[in-house]
Amino acid sequence: MAELANVTDLTSVESEYEEITSVLQKNLSYREGFETKTQVETFAKGINEEVVRAISAKKNEPEWMLEFRLRAFKHWQTMSEPHWAKAKYEPLDYQDYSYYSAPECGSCAGTCSTEEEAGIDPEVAKAFEMLGVPIYDDDANVAVDAIFDSVSISTTKREELAKLGIIFCSFSEAVQDHPELVQKYIGTVVPYHDNYFAALNSAVASDGTFVYVPEGVHSPIDLSTYFRINEAKTGQFERTILVADKGSYVSYLEGCSAPVRDSYQLHAAVVEVIVHEDAEVKYSTVQNWYPGDENCEGGILNFVTKRGICEGKNSKLSWTQAETGSAITWKYPSCILKGDNSIGEFYSVALTNRRQQADTGTKMIHLGKNTRSTIISKGLSAGHSDNTYRGLVKIAASAEGARNFTQCDSMLIGDKCGAHTFPYIEVENSTAQIEHEATTSRIGEDQLFYCQQRGISEQDAISMIVNGFCKEVFSELPLEFAQEAEELLAISLEGSVG
Amino acid sequence: MLLKVENLQAEIEDKQILKGLSIEVKPGEVHAIMGPNGAGKSTLASVLAGREDYEVTAGSVEFNGEDLLDMDPEERARKGLFLAFQYPVEIPGVSNKLFMQTAVNAVREEQGLPALDMFDFDEYAKEKIELLDMRADLLDRSVNVGFSGGEKKRNDIFQMALLEPKLCIMDETDSGLDIDALRLVANGVNSLKTPERSFIIVTHYQRLLDYIKPDYVHVLYNGRIVKSGGFELVHELEEHGYDDIIQQHQEA
Repeated sequence: MAELANVTDLTSVESEYEEITSVLQKNLSYREGFETKTQVETFAKGINEEVVRAISAKKNEPEWMLEFRLRAFKHWQTMSEPHWAKAKYEPLDYQDYSYYSAPECGSCAGTCSTEEEAGIDPEVAKAFEMLGVPIYDDDANVAVDAIFDSVSISTTKREELAKLGIIFCSFSEAVQDHPELVQKYIGTVVPYHDNYFAALNSAVASDGTFVYVPEGVHSPIDLSTYFRINEAKTGQFERTILVADKGSYVSYLEGCSAPVRDSYQLHAAVVEVIVHEDAEVKYSTVQNWYPGDENCEGGILNFVTKRGICEGKNSKLSWTQAETGSAITWKYPSCILKGDNSIGEFYSVALTNRRQQADTGTKMIHLGKNTRSTIISKGLSAGHSDNTYRGLVKIAASAEGARNFTQCDSMLIGDKCGAHTFPYIEVENSTAQIEHEATTSRIGEDQLFYCQQRGISEQDAISMIVNGFCKEVFSELPLEFAQEAEELLAISLEGSVG
Repeated sequence: MLLKVENLQAEIEDKQILKGLSIEVKPGEVHAIMGPNGAGKSTLASVLAGREDYEVTAGSVEFNGEDLLDMDPEERARKGLFLAFQYPVEIPGVSNKLFMQTAVNAVREEQGLPALDMFDFDEYAKEKIELLDMRADLLDRSVNVGFSGGEKKRNDIFQMALLEPKLCIMDETDSGLDIDALRLVANGVNSLKTPERSFIIVTHYQRLLDYIKPDYVHVLYNGRIVKSGGFELVHELEEHGYDDIIQQHQEA
């Protein structure tokens, strides 16, 4: 408030948000932005059939997996990059990326060693330690699959889980050890020809997590995967499959980060979730990929296809996401509600700042009778960013008595950002009930001043208002994740905390 | 002296609103500032609270011996300056409880007192709710969301009670209130009067002043105080309106 005494120009409308903008600009401290220097094996840049074969060979894959990759690659070559999302980017040069990168030591994909500790590169271990990811079996109340660039480094608690019949391992290992399960499910929810990025992923899939929960088993701990992209100009193409057999339950969490780089890094993941009769899956994501800097340099391009099918009766799939990172996010975690009485949920907080662009939402495809879906989306835009909710609710003719409730709230912080909502609704059954609510609000000078006049600092005020806005979604996240998400929001918004 | 305003000049968007305003407030005094629309009443309240849209171009303000104009709005609040808003703001999803606990603890930190935890704060808040005869669910509701005009202003009074400020500035708190709500607000203010706490009541009408009897009344016109007096000035205004005083001032 030193300006008060000065005679400066506080006249234009723009200056109304000067203060907020300056607070936001302090956010240059992306805490996870460090780089790990270690010996790596990285494929030369470029993509062609040879590269696809080489990846498969590197992973020592069986013939059927190579076939799957080649089919996808051939199809991908016939497709063109989609640009329908409300995000601007130059067409990518796919020959300018490397499609495989792994630390040299301890990255022995395909060898299902249970003594991972022996083989972990100390630099990589340090990176995960700095990220707070427990990669050694210790007291952590969560099982972790840690993925560094193209390979899984460590998967903890697997023996404990194996006693219950739960398979929790990297995708590469699953291809070796549980080929019948992988073959049964891969591409069933997201076919290789589904979309451009899914096809690319199917061709060059690096690593991911494989989870199978057998009939009637409730996983006693949360399962989680932490994705770390380290190498510059490397794409990460994780492939994750999660299967919950009849009457089982699992809560799965994933987190992500990457070093600060001045060029775009590509992350094109595919996640398939299969939920059988009476089973329930809770899938939570805290996405904090490097968002790029003030001038739009660098950042992760997060082009992700996540989809689950509620295959059996009374099954339930719940997606919860807190998206704060990435330069561009293109992501629509979806539910195909095939089983009668099945339930799909989507809870999302998406925050964009600086020049980030997010186009995210969900698809709820109602096929079964009395299927229900809930969509709660909270979009926060700050800086010069654009934040779009795009969602489809489709009620098929077979979905007698289906119901959907959608609530899309947008909050603008400052006056240079945008919030957009594109709800698509297709109803083919007249017994369906659909509700849609949407609001847009703005953190104004008035709200901030009101808080400040009560003695609350501007930064505390912003974080209080923002967290109030996101409350409904955060309450769906597992406790520790909720806290992390709140902190991430605070950091992404204020920058001074970290 | 609690507040000493000298020759205060302020403008917004290059338009000068305050043109040399002076006023002094001692601890425990109640001052009313009255005036026609556009005289600069709300500007005075906003400038004292530190709203950024206004630029101070000349003059000085001392608050408890310190330079008020040098402080951020939150610093002013922590040092005991409270503004009851003409239009209290809504904050969805943030409970009154969290909001006020944060505010009270910010003030306590300034005073070197330990923060109140949830339980201590609950007890403290309950006392104030009883004192002001307010609804018990007040704390659980989001700040001003879904409140009627009267409820919002009573919530401001409740916040005032919690923060125990030295100086309370009421910016046209009476606007838009029916007679019952007005009485409730006035009762709240009266129950918060102490020999140390001062009030500046900014209003267009005399009706609030019938309930809260001010010690001094000032008439603000065209950015300056043109007449000051005791409570009798309220009745003079009531009978003759602002025109007489303005005319006298212009002739002088």
